[in-house]
Amino acid sequence: MGNIDQEIMDKVIKIAKKKKVNFPESYVHDIVEAYIRRELTDKELETLIVRVKKAYERSKVESGEAIGTVAAQSVGEPGTQMTMNTFHYAGVVELNVTLGLPRLIEIVDARKTISTPTMTIYFDEDHRFDEEFVKKTASEIAKITINDILDDFHVDYGQMNVEMVINQEKVKEKHLEFDDILLKIEKTFKKHIIDIDNNKITIAPKLDKRTKGIQIRDIRLLTDKIRDLQISGVKDVNRVIIRKDDQWVLHTEGSNLSAVLKKDGIDKERTTTNHIHEIYTVLGIEAARNAIIKEALHTLDEQGLSVDIRHIMLVADMMTADGTAKSIGRHGISGTKSSVLARAAFEETGKHLLHASIRGEVDELTGIIENIIIGQPIPVGTGSVGIMMKNK
Amino acid sequence: MNNTKIYMNGELIGTCENPEQFVTEMREKRRSGEISEEMNITYYDKTSEIYIFNDPGRARRPLIIVRNGLPSLEDTHIQKITDGKLKWDDLIVKGIVEYLDAEEEENSYIAMGIHDLNEDHTHLEIDPSTMLGICAGIIPFSNHNSSPRNTMEAGMTKQALGLYVSNYMHRTDTRAHLLHQPQTPMVKTRIIDATDYDKRPSGQNFVVAVMSFEGYNMEDALILNKSSLERGLARSSFFRSYETFERKYPGGQEDKFEVPGKGVRGYRSEKAYRHLDEDGIINPESYVEAGDVLIGKTSPPRFLEEIDEFGSANEKRRETSVTVRNGEKGVVDAVLLTETVEGSKLTKIRVRDTRQPEFGDKFASRHGQKGVVGSILSQEDVPFTENGVVPDLIVNPHAIPSRMSVGQVLEMVAGKAGCIKGERVDGTPFNTVIETEIKKSLTDNGFEPTGCESLYNGMTGERIEAEIFVGVAYYQKLHHMTTDKMYARSRGPVQVLTKQPTEGRAREGGLRFGEMERDCLIAHGAALALKERLLDESDKYEAIVCSECGMLSVHDKIRNKIYCPICGEVDSFPVEISYAFKLLLDELKSLCIFPKLMLEDKA
Repeated sequence: MGNIDQEIMDKVIKIAKKKKVNFPESYVHDIVEAYIRRELTDKELETLIVRVKKAYERSKVESGEAIGTVAAQSVGEPGTQMTMNTFHYAGVVELNVTLGLPRLIEIVDARKTISTPTMTIYFDEDHRFDEEFVKKTASEIAKITINDILDDFHVDYGQMNVEMVINQEKVKEKHLEFDDILLKIEKTFKKHIIDIDNNKITIAPKLDKRTKGIQIRDIRLLTDKIRDLQISGVKDVNRVIIRKDDQWVLHTEGSNLSAVLKKDGIDKERTTTNHIHEIYTVLGIEAARNAIIKEALHTLDEQGLSVDIRHIMLVADMMTADGTAKSIGRHGISGTKSSVLARAAFEETGKHLLHASIRGEVDELTGIIENIIIGQPIPVGTGSVGIMMKNK
Repeated sequence: MNNTKIYMNGELIGTCENPEQFVTEMREKRRSGEISEEMNITYYDKTSEIYIFNDPGRARRPLIIVRNGLPSLEDTHIQKITDGKLKWDDLIVKGIVEYLDAEEEENSYIAMGIHDLNEDHTHLEIDPSTMLGICAGIIPFSNHNSSPRNTMEAGMTKQALGLYVSNYMHRTDTRAHLLHQPQTPMVKTRIIDATDYDKRPSGQNFVVAVMSFEGYNMEDALILNKSSLERGLARSSFFRSYETFERKYPGGQEDKFEVPGKGVRGYRSEKAYRHLDEDGIINPESYVEAGDVLIGKTSPPRFLEEIDEFGSANEKRRETSVTVRNGEKGVVDAVLLTETVEGSKLTKIRVRDTRQPEFGDKFASRHGQKGVVGSILSQEDVPFTENGVVPDLIVNPHAIPSRMSVGQVLEMVAGKAGCIKGERVDGTPFNTVIETEIKKSLTDNGFEPTGCESLYNGMTGERIEAEIFVGVAYYQKLHHMTTDKMYARSRGPVQVLTKQPTEGRAREGGLRFGEMERDCLIAHGAALALKERLLDESDKYEAIVCSECGMLSVHDKIRNKIYCPICGEVDSFPVEISYAFKLLLDELKSLCIFPKLMLEDKA
C-alpha cells in the first residue's frame, strides 16, 4: 500500500511541478487520498491540482498585509470578553490551574515563574497500564517529608531534644526504604546528636561551646527543619495525582521537567508541563514556541473563544525569533525595536530618548509607528509599493 | 466576665458587662424621650461590640414599635390621627414610631404586615413600600418588575422634565427645562401622595399601543403621533441664563455696557449687535441665534498701548460682549438689571427655546423602558381602534419579555381602566391585588379584560390581524435631546499649540480619530487613507529642512529667501510633516537633544 502511495505521491508532485506550484506535504497527502478514494482519472487529477492551486494561492497572505496588527486585534478582541475569574479545574478535579486572562497575560509576558505550574506525565508503552509501576513512580516524584511518615512527634524542652516515631506502614505505603530515610536524616543532621532506637529517633543539637548552652529557639528551628525534611520526590513537585483515562497519567502540582524526564518508564515525547520557560531551558526554543502556541490556544479555547492558530503562531514566532523566549512589552519585543520613535511612543519615553541621544541613534523610519508620527504614508498595504525608473 | 466594647460614632468610649440589658435600657430611654430620638444603638454579640450613633448623615426610616407581638399603634391612635388630634411628631414622642438606621436594623425583626406579626417581632412596617425612596417609590407595581429595571428607572426619573420648581419665572438657572402641561400620573402610588409628586409632576399620560410599525420602533425606538405633539404633548421649554457685570480694574478703568463702536478691537459684525438697545443690552422677546450679542460690553485694553505719533496713548478698548452659545437659539425671555455686592452693574439674560419632540429625543416610561423617537407619524397614518382612539405612542413588543418589566403592562391596563372610570388607580407596590377590579371595570365598559383591541391600519384602513395591546402609561421626556447633541464639522478652529483640530462640540471641534480607529486602517493596509486622516485633515505642515545640518530652515518672507540659521544660505528642501512632529523636534531641542533630519529622495 505504502508503495503505491509513494508512486501516486510522486505523480502528484510531478503534475504540481508542471503547474508551477509547490504544495506543502499535507496537501499532497490529501490529494493522494482523494485520488484513491474517488478513483479519479489522470485528467481529473490534473484538474483537481489546478483547482487546489487556485484555492491555495488565494488563501495565501499577500505581501504588504498588516499581519501583526490583524493578529493583535484577533487576539485582543476576544481578550476583552474573557472572564476575570482566575481558577479553573484543568481536567482533574483536585488540581487548580490559572486560566483566563491572567493566564494569557502570563504566557505573553514569558514569565520565569508562573502562578500554577503543572505537569502531565505519560508512560511509555511497557508501563502505561502497569498500575503498580505508576504508583511507585508517583510516590517517587511526589514530595514526601518526614511529617508525612510520622507516628508521633514531640519536643522535649527538659532534655532539649526532639523525639519522633516513624510509622513503618506509611513508609511501605509510600514505597520508601526505612534505611534510606535514616541515611538521609543522618546526612542532613550531621552536626547533631542522633540516637536511633528502632522506629524512635531522637535528635538533639550539639552543645556549642561559644554560646551558653542550647536555646529554646534552636530547638524550635530544628523542629521545623526536621518536619520539612524532604526524604523523597522531585524538587518543586508538591503533589501528584494519579488518573486513569485510557491509560495511566500523572498530573502534578508544581513542575520540574528536567528531573521528571530522567525517570525510567516515562514517555519522554508526550510528558509535558505548562511552564513555558522550563520547556525553553530543557527542550529548547522550538519546543518553547510550540508550548506558547499550545498554551495560548488552550487558554482561549477553554473560554469558548476561537482564534485562528496562525495569529497565535505569529505571536509565538515573534516571541521566540531570536532564540530566547522574549516577552511582549516593555522588556521584550516592544522595548527592543530598532526605531527610537517607535520605542519612545510605547513606554518609558524619556529613557529611550535619552539613550538614543547619548548613542546618537539613527531612526531609518522603516516602521509603521515612526511614519505615523512624522506624517508619512505607512509602509504596509497600499503604502508598501513605490515606483522605480530605469536609468536609461 | 463579658466585657463588651462600646463605640460612640466609631470611637471607643467604654465597656459594659451586661450588654443586652444596656441596649434595651438605652432603647427604652430613647422611646420615653429621655435620650434624643436620633440616637441609634446596635449590639453585635458575635464580636461583643455595641455601636451608638448620633452623628448626621445616616439613612434612617420610621417603623412602628412592636411590644409582645402587638403593634403600639392602636386603632384609637389612628382615629385620633384621622381627626387631626394627633400628629406625626406626637407618635415619636409617645414611643409608637421610631426611626432606625441601617445599623440598628440588624438588631431588629421587622414584620412586613400586621398579619405576619408574632411574639418575636420588634417592629412593624408602616407600609411595605416605605422601604423605597422617592425615585423608586414613583414606580407603580414595582414589585412586578425585574430589579435592574427598577434601578434604571430610579435613575432616569431624575432626568425627566417636569415642573422642577414653581417660581421658575423669577429664577435665572444657567440651564433649565420645563415641561408644558405636565400631568399627574393616572396610576399613582402612596409614595407619590406622600412626596407631593402630584404638585410637581414630570411626565404625561400617553395612550400607548404595543405593536411593531414599519420597523421604525426597532431597538427601543418610539413612534409618536404628530398630531398629539402639535396639541402640545411632550412639549417643553429650555431656558439658558447668561450673565455679566461691569468689572472694575485697578487704575480706575472699568468695563462698560454699550453697543461697541466699529473701532473696538474684536468688533463682530453690525448684524450681531442688531438687537441691542441704546444701553447695550438686548430687548426682551427678540429672537436670537448663535453668535448674536445679548449684552454689548467693552473692556479697557489689557496692556498699555504704544504711544502714537501725536504723543498720546491710543486707547483701544476690547470687545467682551456676551453672545448666544454655539448651536443654540431662542427668544429673550427676561432681562434682569441689578448690581453686584461691589456696586457694579450686573445683567442677567434668560433665553427661552421651545422644544417640540423630534427624532432622537429620549423618552421613558416609569419601568426603565427608555427609547428614542424613531418616527413621527401624522395622525391619519397611525393605527386607530374601533372607537376611533388613536394612540400617542407606539412601542415595540420586543421591549417587554426579555426585560421582564411586567409593571409596565399592569400600569397600562390599570391606566386604561382608570381612564374609562374617570378616576385614578392605586398602583402601590406590595399592595393587595387589584387585578380583578381592573378587569371588571374593563369588561363592564365593553373592553377586553386583557387590554387588547382590534386596530385598523391608518394608511390602508385594513383591520390589523393581531389583537393589539393598548393602554395608558405615564411617560417621561428625558433631558437628552437631539438639538443639544447633533453636531458635524468639515472645517473649523484648530488649537494654537499643536495646530490640530479642537475637541468638543462646544468648541466646534473635530471628531477624534483615535488609536483603535488608526489600528483599523493599518490592518486594512489603507496607508493613504490613514495619512489623509492623520495629516492632511489635521496638522499638515510644510517644514523647510536644511540639507547640511538637518535642522529646520527659515523662510524670510520679506526678502523671499530661505536660509539656515546655522549653515547660512545652503540648499534647503520642503518636507511635508505633521506639526506635532515639528513640535516634538522643538521639545527635544529644549531638552538639549539635537535631532537631525537626513533627507533623501522619495522612493
